[in-house]
Amino acid sequence: MKRLSLLLTAVCMSAIALGAAAPARAADAVKIGVLFPLTGNAAAAGQASKAAIEVALDVINNAHPELGDLPLAATAGLPNLGGAKLEVTFVDHEGNPSTAQQLATRLITQDKVNALMGAYQSSCSFTATAVAERYGVPFMVGESSALNITARGFKYTFRATPIATDYARTYMRFFDDMKKQGKKIGSIAVVNENTDYGTSVGDAIVAEAAKANLPVAIRIPYSASSTDVSAQVLQLKEKQPDVVIFISYTADAILYMKSMKSLDYKPQMVLGDDSGFSDPSFIPAVGDIAQGVMNRSAWAIGKPGSTTSKINDMYKAKTGRDLDDTSGRNMQGFFALADAINRAGSTDPDKIRDALTKTDLKPDQLMMGYQGVKFDDTGQNILASTYLIQLHGGRYELVWPETAADGKLQWPMGGAAP
Amino acid sequence: MANCNGRWAARRRSEAQDELGADSMVVLQVVVGGLLLGAIYALFSSGLTLIWGMMNFINFAHGEFVMLGMYVALLVVVWLGGGPAVFGLAAAVALFALGVAVYLSLIRHVIQAPMLAQILSTFGLALLLRYTAFWIFSANFVSLPQTSLGGTLNLGGIFLPVAQLVAGAVAIALTLALHLLLTRTRVGSMLLAVAEDRTAAMLMGIRPDRMQALAWGLSAGAAGIAGALMATAYPWSPSVGETFGLIAFVVVALGGFGSVLGSLYAGLIIGLIQAVSAFWLGAIYKDIVVYGLFVALLWLRPQGLMGKA
Repeated sequence: MKRLSLLLTAVCMSAIALGAAAPARAADAVKIGVLFPLTGNAAAAGQASKAAIEVALDVINNAHPELGDLPLAATAGLPNLGGAKLEVTFVDHEGNPSTAQQLATRLITQDKVNALMGAYQSSCSFTATAVAERYGVPFMVGESSALNITARGFKYTFRATPIATDYARTYMRFFDDMKKQGKKIGSIAVVNENTDYGTSVGDAIVAEAAKANLPVAIRIPYSASSTDVSAQVLQLKEKQPDVVIFISYTADAILYMKSMKSLDYKPQMVLGDDSGFSDPSFIPAVGDIAQGVMNRSAWAIGKPGSTTSKINDMYKAKTGRDLDDTSGRNMQGFFALADAINRAGSTDPDKIRDALTKTDLKPDQLMMGYQGVKFDDTGQNILASTYLIQLHGGRYELVWPETAADGKLQWPMGGAAP
Repeated sequence: MANCNGRWAARRRSEAQDELGADSMVVLQVVVGGLLLGAIYALFSSGLTLIWGMMNFINFAHGEFVMLGMYVALLVVVWLGGGPAVFGLAAAVALFALGVAVYLSLIRHVIQAPMLAQILSTFGLALLLRYTAFWIFSANFVSLPQTSLGGTLNLGGIFLPVAQLVAGAVAIALTLALHLLLTRTRVGSMLLAVAEDRTAAMLMGIRPDRMQALAWGLSAGAAGIAGALMATAYPWSPSVGETFGLIAFVVVALGGFGSVLGSLYAGLIIGLIQAVSAFWLGAIYKDIVVYGLFVALLWLRPQGLMGKA
């Protein structure tokens, strides 16, 4: 005991001696607890995100000058903390909100983490952030999109990812851009599956369309387990909207594409909201009849040699797969958190929190297609947005905004492959 | 309401006559689509009614038989190639064999057991089949590659996907064939005799085990071929059996236990009501309408459409 206090005193003395330039000791790692579903239903997504964060750790803890303006890439460790490394503890909440709650408590009280991150499922992020708030530890929500996570007046919850409203706004900006280019978008249709996901995104789109004075010709909520969607397709055919936005899961997204083909219905453009349209089964099943279908993704691999392409190479070397939108958004959240810890120059949770509130990352400092990272009073990133991608041949290509595009937008969509 | 207003506005905008024509074409399209789907409901439900009505035995694994039929079709197409006739037949044969095997290995031993044991046995079988399928085929959605039936017929404004048209026609034909087999042939009489009175049938020289194995084979075979037909239009994963199982129970209860003809009518009615209510009221209301009418009909006629009181 005596020896320990002696040691501590010595350490304190040396810290004081080193002065403000290096307030923390070089050997002292910064601990971050990360909660993901590593087993259970969403294990695949959890494991992919875990791998993405491990790549981010490599980028931050080792010197990667080749990665351009990405914060903390060029240096090894956190320069403002004397080159301290980040140390991550991954825990598995199995998709269970109460497990997530217990694990968050354990990470804070026993592992003494300096900050938290997670938790994929919105329900788990919801409970885990409440624990972080109680103990006053900053929590970075990388990917969960439920509105209520940042709607409780919490001071320690920050969310880098775009949410339903951001997606809806991006769609409206895209339509506006198209109109400026002389495309006719007189009305849209919103077709959404009727659970929380589809309903909330559908509501957001309808609300933003009203603000943009864009008529919604018809809104069709339906059950994702429908065996037949031809009645819905016929409703669309009758209303003739210029763009149809689908908020769908996998089987229903495929079924819609097939039914539209067999009922000879093709609007100018189909815009899928991620999910079913991004499922690995979608392109093999209907790729040949759904050419030109649009989808969203904040992640794009980019041209060879670009920062994103190099990050993708690192991820691919580790997992054998390309980085995906979900894992990418988690990775971006982690970078934003690390940037704040570095600016705080301290492992003190309150100082990290203050630094997070002052976060202002520019697009060229990001790996994702956001317009920046800057948090409002609720902790939500107000500059979050997404790219739009379009199915060309056997894969999606980034087509909007044009500044980032790697493919040319086809309008109207082609439908069946030539 | 918004729906109706929109339709009226559309009608005012263009020439009334044209619109009327287009409108009735759409209605016809909805009706035909519903009937074609209903025909497939009828086919796989007829298998369930055969077991439920004739053996007084509820097969909770029936939806899983449909699911397996879909995977058999996929495997045949991917490995051997060949058109719908090939994979349809393959699914029928494979599932017939599975049905017989299930009867001999499981059902025969629980058929005299208490009701609860019977229910749990097929419930367990359903879970076993479903999770084996998850293990082998993974949870990803799959769909059949485009077959020779990929095209669409345009009959004066009504679009008929050839795959669905063939599937519907085949389903109706097979359901009728099953009905005739049961009511007009010697084998059918023997099956009915066993159902009616096992002991008496034995005294008449009928081997009940053989007949009931045949019934299970026919039941599963019908489910298998229906699955193969569904697979031409519908993407699926191993959990699809739940959806089809539920539909089959409703069709059988509506049609009357043990009546294949009842299943045919009930399947067509349910397909039709689903399509029409989805079109006019909205997709989320279609199941409320179907099950509402179903409950109302059972209240008025508990034995179902064609069941004996």
